Amino acid sequence: MSALEQTPPTSSTLERPTLSLRGVNKSFGAVQVLHDVHLDVYPGKVTALVGDNGAGKSTLIKSIAGIHPIDSGTVEFEGKPVQLNGPRDAARLGIEVVYQDLALADNLDVVQNMFLGRERKRGVVLDEASMEEAARDTLTKLSVRTLKSVRQLVSSLSGGQRQTVAIAKAVLWESKLVILDEPTAALGVAQTRQVLDLVRRLADTGHAVVFITHNMVDVFEVADRVAALYLGRVAADVPISEVDRTQVIELITSGRSGELGLASDALED
Amino acid sequence: MSSNTLTAAEASGPHKPAAGFEGDQRDNTVGGAVRGYLNKLRAGDLGALPAVLGIVVLGILFTALRPDTFLTPLNLANLLVQSTPIIVLAMGLVFVLLLGEIDLSAGVVSGVCSAVLAQLLVQAGVAWPIAVLGAIGAGAVIGVFTGSLVGIVGIPSFVVTLALFLGFQGVTLRLIGQGGTVPVREPVIRALANENLPVTLGWILAVLVVVAYAAFELWRWRSQRARGLAHQPLLLVVLRIAVIAVVVFGVTAILSVDRALAAAIDLAGIPYAVPLVVVLLLVLTFVLSRTSFGRHVYAVGGNAEAARRAGINVTRIRVLAFVISSSLAAISGILATSRLSSVTPDAGAGNTLLYAVGAAVIGGTSLFGGRGRARDAVLGGLVIAIIANGLGLLGVAAYLNFIITGGVLLLAASVDALARRRAATARR
Repeated sequence: MSALEQTPPTSSTLERPTLSLRGVNKSFGAVQVLHDVHLDVYPGKVTALVGDNGAGKSTLIKSIAGIHPIDSGTVEFEGKPVQLNGPRDAARLGIEVVYQDLALADNLDVVQNMFLGRERKRGVVLDEASMEEAARDTLTKLSVRTLKSVRQLVSSLSGGQRQTVAIAKAVLWESKLVILDEPTAALGVAQTRQVLDLVRRLADTGHAVVFITHNMVDVFEVADRVAALYLGRVAADVPISEVDRTQVIELITSGRSGELGLASDALED
Repeated sequence: MSSNTLTAAEASGPHKPAAGFEGDQRDNTVGGAVRGYLNKLRAGDLGALPAVLGIVVLGILFTALRPDTFLTPLNLANLLVQSTPIIVLAMGLVFVLLLGEIDLSAGVVSGVCSAVLAQLLVQAGVAWPIAVLGAIGAGAVIGVFTGSLVGIVGIPSFVVTLALFLGFQGVTLRLIGQGGTVPVREPVIRALANENLPVTLGWILAVLVVVAYAAFELWRWRSQRARGLAHQPLLLVVLRIAVIAVVVFGVTAILSVDRALAAAIDLAGIPYAVPLVVVLLLVLTFVLSRTSFGRHVYAVGGNAEAARRAGINVTRIRVLAFVISSSLAAISGILATSRLSSVTPDAGAGNTLLYAVGAAVIGGTSLFGGRGRARDAVLGGLVIAIIANGLGLLGVAAYLNFIITGGVLLLAASVDALARRRAATARR
């Protein structure tokens, strides 16, 4: 029922990216925001998407989420070419985005928020029992221990707990790819810890995770791969083991770092 | 999880928690439930408390001031019938208020719909079911119009409904005619507020309602407990059933006494309007708490952007809320027509709307959206009716009546605003 129950990824599925972008371009009017973007996101791995403000991170995730359909290029999902022309296309494939502002209704409880818009029903009556069980199962499998009650109103939750609920909501559906937009941006130390643990567990349960952040500590804490965007181009998309902190910062700020990064002619135009 | 919560969980039910969620188990004990309730109060969610306190305090006050007249079966029956148009109008407003909108035209819409009813009955001479359907249909059409202006065109609801508040008074005036009053003598319509259920039938219905409520609550408690879901302690469930039973049987007993002033006439039983309100309460409570439409109404009121991203058609919910509000306003108009046995050109104008908004807010519905229930309209409507009825018995001057009722509405709105501020600070 839940995507968490999938069998653990085997070595063959590890080879195949869940999402694969090739030569993706996107313009808003005369402004080209994404240039020839190549990106691979693997199941069971956390890919940190880094880049300065205006580098195109938001546009990229909105393209993947179907909110801004791409102009040209190909998108492959689990090896098959797909068209993402709307949020529904993305949701149908199993792509879930957790936006920075979380989009939770304060006056509803945890279960009600997790099932919002996709309530389970028996006839016309809401099936509260089955929704509560499924929500509890999902939270349990993500080892979320910080919630006192799944029937707690979201208004009574802390920032970290709200982030947890938003992530669990994304996982509840048969999601294969979860995109997190700066999930630790407004959190304290302990709460950041909780959320990073949760991000790790998302990957460990077989999800492909894209994790947008500005925080280098978070990147090296939790990511398996790092993709750096510079002025709308992917400067590097490499395993985390091949780069260090200084290199990532150079990639973000100048698009190049030693052997890595964009060729100098690409940087000039 | 600490060891003491584990024992509490084991004591409360056979199901052991899988992980975490100690609160779900702790809430199962009476102490935990009481603590949870106190926490809710402290966080600013007063629920039904102000309205219940209001009913008790005002009841005692007016009984003390008018011991011979206030607490008599005749006056209590009057009071209940007086409250029904306010309650039904407030029930509709709850839907609009839940979205954080307001419908200032609800009162005059009830006036227009009673004018439609009167015209259909008196001028067109149609049978009462057709006239009733026509009135409710007129309400629904008005709701689509108002809702579209708010939801689709995007005009703030208070501007739309303020304009309609003026405009619809003109429509009623046109339908009824300047200075004229259309008497409605149709027996079924008149019976709603002026005739009573046979005493035996009243008792049978009262027993049925209580038994059905008890059965449902106990069944739900058992199945929640069996599946290891969050549930209330049994004692609290039983207590709630007991309160409902006392209220239902108490009201039935009072209304079953012969309350005729003249010995020759027999006047006893529950006025027909009361079971009508009970049915509406059950249906609307079901819609709000057990259907996805109801869930979406709360979601739009709590965070419209979250609702939109969750795939909810926010515009549709907005329009439907106004349709429900105006349709219930029509039913309220029918009840008011029945009570007066006539429709006047100023039907639904004046303080009708203020009473209904006051009822919803006193009952616990927030003016800021996202919080409210159908029962709020009933409890708050009773408070408003007690004030109107009691002041009438005291024979206070008209000017005082206005000032006191306005003051009560202001007080309720202050409680709401302060509660919201508390909730906002509690989160930080």
